[in-house]
Amino acid sequence: MSAPFLWIFLPFILAGILSLLRNQKVITLIACIFTLLLTLAAWLLPLDTVMTIGGWSFKLTSSLNILGRRLVLGPADLSLLALIYGSAVVWFVAASVTKSARRLNSLGLAIVALLVAALAVEPFLYAALLIEMAVLLSVPLLFTPGKYPGKGLIRFLIFQTLAMPFILFSGWLLAGIDANPGNLGLVQQAAILIALGFTFLLAIFPFHSWIPLLTEESSPITVGFILWMFPTVALFFGLGFLDHYSWLRDAPALNNILTTVGLLMVVSGGILAAFQKHLGRIMGYAVIMETGFSILTINLAKSVGLNLFLTLLIPRTLCLVVWALSLNIFKGHSPSLLLNDIKGLVRTFPFATSGLVLANLALAGMPLLAGFPSHQAIWGGLATSSYSIVIWALVGSLGLFFSAVRVMTAFSAAPEGAHWESHETVAQRVLLSIGFIALFLLGLFPQWVLPLWTKLPAIFSHLGQ
Amino acid sequence: MITILNWTALLIALITSVGLLLQRDWRVGLGLLATQYLSIFWLVQIHWPVSMAAGKLVTGWMACAVLGMAQLSNSNTEESEAAWPQGRLFRLFTAGIITAATFGLSLRASNWLGLSLPVAWGSLLLAGMGLLHLGFSAQPFRVVLGLLTVLAGFEILYAAVESSTLVAALLSAINLSLALAGAYLVTMSKEGQT
Repeated sequence: MSAPFLWIFLPFILAGILSLLRNQKVITLIACIFTLLLTLAAWLLPLDTVMTIGGWSFKLTSSLNILGRRLVLGPADLSLLALIYGSAVVWFVAASVTKSARRLNSLGLAIVALLVAALAVEPFLYAALLIEMAVLLSVPLLFTPGKYPGKGLIRFLIFQTLAMPFILFSGWLLAGIDANPGNLGLVQQAAILIALGFTFLLAIFPFHSWIPLLTEESSPITVGFILWMFPTVALFFGLGFLDHYSWLRDAPALNNILTTVGLLMVVSGGILAAFQKHLGRIMGYAVIMETGFSILTINLAKSVGLNLFLTLLIPRTLCLVVWALSLNIFKGHSPSLLLNDIKGLVRTFPFATSGLVLANLALAGMPLLAGFPSHQAIWGGLATSSYSIVIWALVGSLGLFFSAVRVMTAFSAAPEGAHWESHETVAQRVLLSIGFIALFLLGLFPQWVLPLWTKLPAIFSHLGQ
Repeated sequence: MITILNWTALLIALITSVGLLLQRDWRVGLGLLATQYLSIFWLVQIHWPVSMAAGKLVTGWMACAVLGMAQLSNSNTEESEAAWPQGRLFRLFTAGIITAATFGLSLRASNWLGLSLPVAWGSLLLAGMGLLHLGFSAQPFRVVLGLLTVLAGFEILYAAVESSTLVAALLSAINLSLALAGAYLVTMSKEGQT
């Protein structure tokens, strides 16, 4: 058996089978157990080594040929697979206490499989095609049947689709540069096309408008999943470009471009989050801000390595899951997610309220919470190059912090004499409580996830050095 | 003879893409899109084997069929665009600008990529008209028409530089999936309204 079959084709086939089933509990159980097994397999199984279990021996080969192209999942990719499938388990478990579980588990598994294929395909430029397929598969996931498709979904579809031609065409130019590295005109054209492709793919300003719109109009847990999955894979895809092409990595303008773009996303995301009146939109702007931080850390990779980029991933996943789950609970019980409509809900939904505020504060880089260690390291790294950059980054974080304060104020504006009670289900309370504990534990003991970070940089042969 | 056919294909692409921009009836729109795929087939087969180019034609027509079936069940609920501007004269004017701009670009592109002018112009024209279409509408059906047109334009250009079977297969799958996604949005949103 080959690794691509195990981590790409098998989940894709299972996703198809799950979409035929009706029982939500069965679907959730199968999806969670299967994804957990894939995570454990990625963590424990060696590749290209003969293993014997009982009387049965088998070897997990790392590549699979399809129509002249290869899907390769080497030993270095296993920790990334563990991270992706492990995070998918967390999302599927969180979704199990919402009404979106059935669609998220089946379509989500297929999306994860396609995006893993995007990271595995060689030549890696074909990833753009697989990412586009995952985007198209996300449409039924993000759309609420019976409602008219919102602007966010339509823009998501348009912008993500437009990314593909730019990246594919840049691939052709890059092949030309490999053959003729001295052609500066070709280098410039390729760089412009890559930049345009990733501007669409990563929802970089001014093509970011679909994120807050989508978080406003779709189910928070499904949007959260999409906003975690797509930027993460797109960032790894982008790092693949940097790792593969030395002229791009060493381009003098790259530092300035990455700093400007990253800072623009952090500052605009943070400041706009501070002035939002819709809880979903705040989460959307927080995601934009986080993508900005990731771009800033890519810029720091030359001096401090990829560790900063990687340390953001697990806290971000955790924060988004807790945030999206809390929002989902409110969406089911409140007329809308506008600040005016959620006033005083802390008395009736204490767990969801705490989850939302803690996740918001953690992404703002609040001490003792999961986001703090990574954000503090980023601020420190940025300060070594320029104080003005770190001040602007802090302005963005302050904006997100201010939004958390506004949300907290709205939640606590309960009428006098209102009683404390919990309207969340037992399962929701348990999951959110685990989330709180994890948010604090990751803030206090960030070194606990170090084993993952130490293996991950090996994916990139140049950047990971 | 071949050159005349290339220019004819370009003319068809121009007429159908402008027509897509101006028409309000979905039946006419799908007819124009289906005709557009004929010109795409011709412009692609210049660089690809006819059998592979025919794949594009078949995929395009299948996409039209999928969208048509979705619209057929909901033909009575064509929403009007809330966005401005709606005038046909304005759309025609902007289409004219795109035609002129893409002609200018295609002169450079044909030199740069070593393509014939009809191929370069046809590709850029369709991509430009598709983008214009996307700018004019937020209705799922029309957005999908716009995206299919943009992708068609890109595919003509890309066919000249890449002839991989896997890429052709994946692009066809994307075209079909896009049509299916559009059909899903059209059907499911209307179903809920009735």
